[in-house]
Amino acid sequence: MSVGPSAAGPDPPDAPPSEPANPFRLIFRHRVRILDFLFRNSTLFFAVGILAILGTFVLVLVEGSKEPILRYGLNFVAGSTWSPNQAIFGALPFIFGTVMTSALALVFAVPLSLGIAIFLSELAPKWIAEPLGYIVELLAAVPSVVFGLWGLAVLVPFMRDTVDPPLRSVNAAASHAIHYPIPLFAGSVIGQDVFTASVILAIMIIPTISAISREALRAVPAAQREAALSLGATSWEATRISVLNYARVGIVGAIILGLGRAVGETMAVTMTIGNSDSIPNSLFGQGQTIASLIANEFFNDTPGSLYVSAIIEAALVLLIITLVINIGARLLVWRLVKGAGGPVE
Amino acid sequence: MVEGALSHEDPRPTKLRVDGLSAFYGPKKAISNVSLDFPERTVTAIIGPSGCGKSTLIRCLNRMHEVLPGTRIEGRVLLDGEDIYDGDPVSVRRRIGMVFQKPNPFPTMSVYDNVAAGLKLNGIRDRARVDAAVIRSLKQAALWDEVKDAIDGPGTRLSGGQQQRLCIARALAIEPEVLLMDEPCSALDPIATAKIEDLIFDLRKTYTLVIVTHNMQQAARVAEFTAFMYLGELVEFDRTQTLFEQPKQKLTENYITGRFG
Repeated sequence: MSVGPSAAGPDPPDAPPSEPANPFRLIFRHRVRILDFLFRNSTLFFAVGILAILGTFVLVLVEGSKEPILRYGLNFVAGSTWSPNQAIFGALPFIFGTVMTSALALVFAVPLSLGIAIFLSELAPKWIAEPLGYIVELLAAVPSVVFGLWGLAVLVPFMRDTVDPPLRSVNAAASHAIHYPIPLFAGSVIGQDVFTASVILAIMIIPTISAISREALRAVPAAQREAALSLGATSWEATRISVLNYARVGIVGAIILGLGRAVGETMAVTMTIGNSDSIPNSLFGQGQTIASLIANEFFNDTPGSLYVSAIIEAALVLLIITLVINIGARLLVWRLVKGAGGPVE
Repeated sequence: MVEGALSHEDPRPTKLRVDGLSAFYGPKKAISNVSLDFPERTVTAIIGPSGCGKSTLIRCLNRMHEVLPGTRIEGRVLLDGEDIYDGDPVSVRRRIGMVFQKPNPFPTMSVYDNVAAGLKLNGIRDRARVDAAVIRSLKQAALWDEVKDAIDGPGTRLSGGQQQRLCIARALAIEPEVLLMDEPCSALDPIATAKIEDLIFDLRKTYTLVIVTHNMQQAARVAEFTAFMYLGELVEFDRTQTLFEQPKQKLTENYITGRFG
């Protein structure tokens, strides 16, 4: 692209010819038109390419899982027994594991991330906010297998020895008090369980949610904050009634991106969740998510076998879950914007 | 340059007194040793060319200057004789309201909730009381007739001029004693501007108003007193008519006759 000094000359490329034909200019003008054409159509091509990729996804997954879909129908998503040896494929434990670990990760991550984002954008002095913000963004880019290794080496023993036992005692005491077993922190503690997997998911999505929320908070005009302060709001009240409200669409977007990462996260979960094919009976139980199931079991059999086809169907279910989450998020954002009367100006 | 020139000539008591005020952004001095008195229930305009420090001055009057990092002030600002810089900025701002250059209603809130926002911050939750205050403020801001049927609709659906009156209503709802307006019409068209000016004229019966404006005609129309600032200093402060017709300073005369600025 030779948009050099000649392009910055007094005669813009598509101005009407006002001077005697200069062959160089004519060629140049012509070239710009060709580049424009190529630029416009190549971007169109890539945009359509995205749709094609999504379509191919669905096609390949449906094609690959035709046999179990026809054979098991809805039992595939409703059945809770996964026994490849007996040709029984009920994926409910993995759907449950995926939804539960992701939801729990959000419960842990959202308040912390918002706290980080508010601190970085509203409260921290610049010399802290800038390096810290950079580190948060860096953490969002750490490969998940690294988180998984750290999870195995540090988080699993920490949860097993320090966090889980007191939770277990409290749970036991509460169960005793209401004469009903509370299925949260019960059972034997080995550290590799759905609770630990949820915690590591939370740690992994905190950088994503806080970095994007911080951008949303930064985009709030200073006048919004000053409007609240001038009514006699304290610093926290100004953040709550003006800044957080104004940025809420962006914050919802950040949470959805974090949720998307949690739902699809594979490596770190596989390394910490304990990998059991049944529905855990407490947070200390072992489980699987769809993603960890695929990672663990895809190469257990030959391609084309019923077992592998069932795993492909699980992948299809994961894709559908992701799409449902994204559509839900769109609807939520749409409602927020509509209720708010759109952004100012 | 001028020491509270009019506090003795005007029969009304001084509501707000600025005493030797200087304001800084980091090392940069934005206003320098300004002293003037704002009599109760009057409109005082602050005029001057861009960058003269008029917005900084008005932001010092309810401690909004210090919201920006690296800022500080010297001198005193006395509200009914008490220095507003002793103690808590939050309680000062509940007594001295502010309207900004661009309308800034809370976009996620309805018209009603915008006006009620300050009341809720002050812990007033009694529905009847809030209702009454919202209606009173909207009427005072001359907006009630235009929005009474859309009071639960979003504030950002209103026109720019209506949004600015909504912001005035929001400021009036907590019954401040002083209302500061920082170029309240600079983002508005002439018709909306005229409505705000009428409103300012009415509000001085109840409130002490300070208005920053780059529009000299506006100062002449709405203000009883006018202060002229230049390069961070108060050049002249007098009755508006006197200041415009018989300015005492050459600088003032040059400015109001359009020789610079």
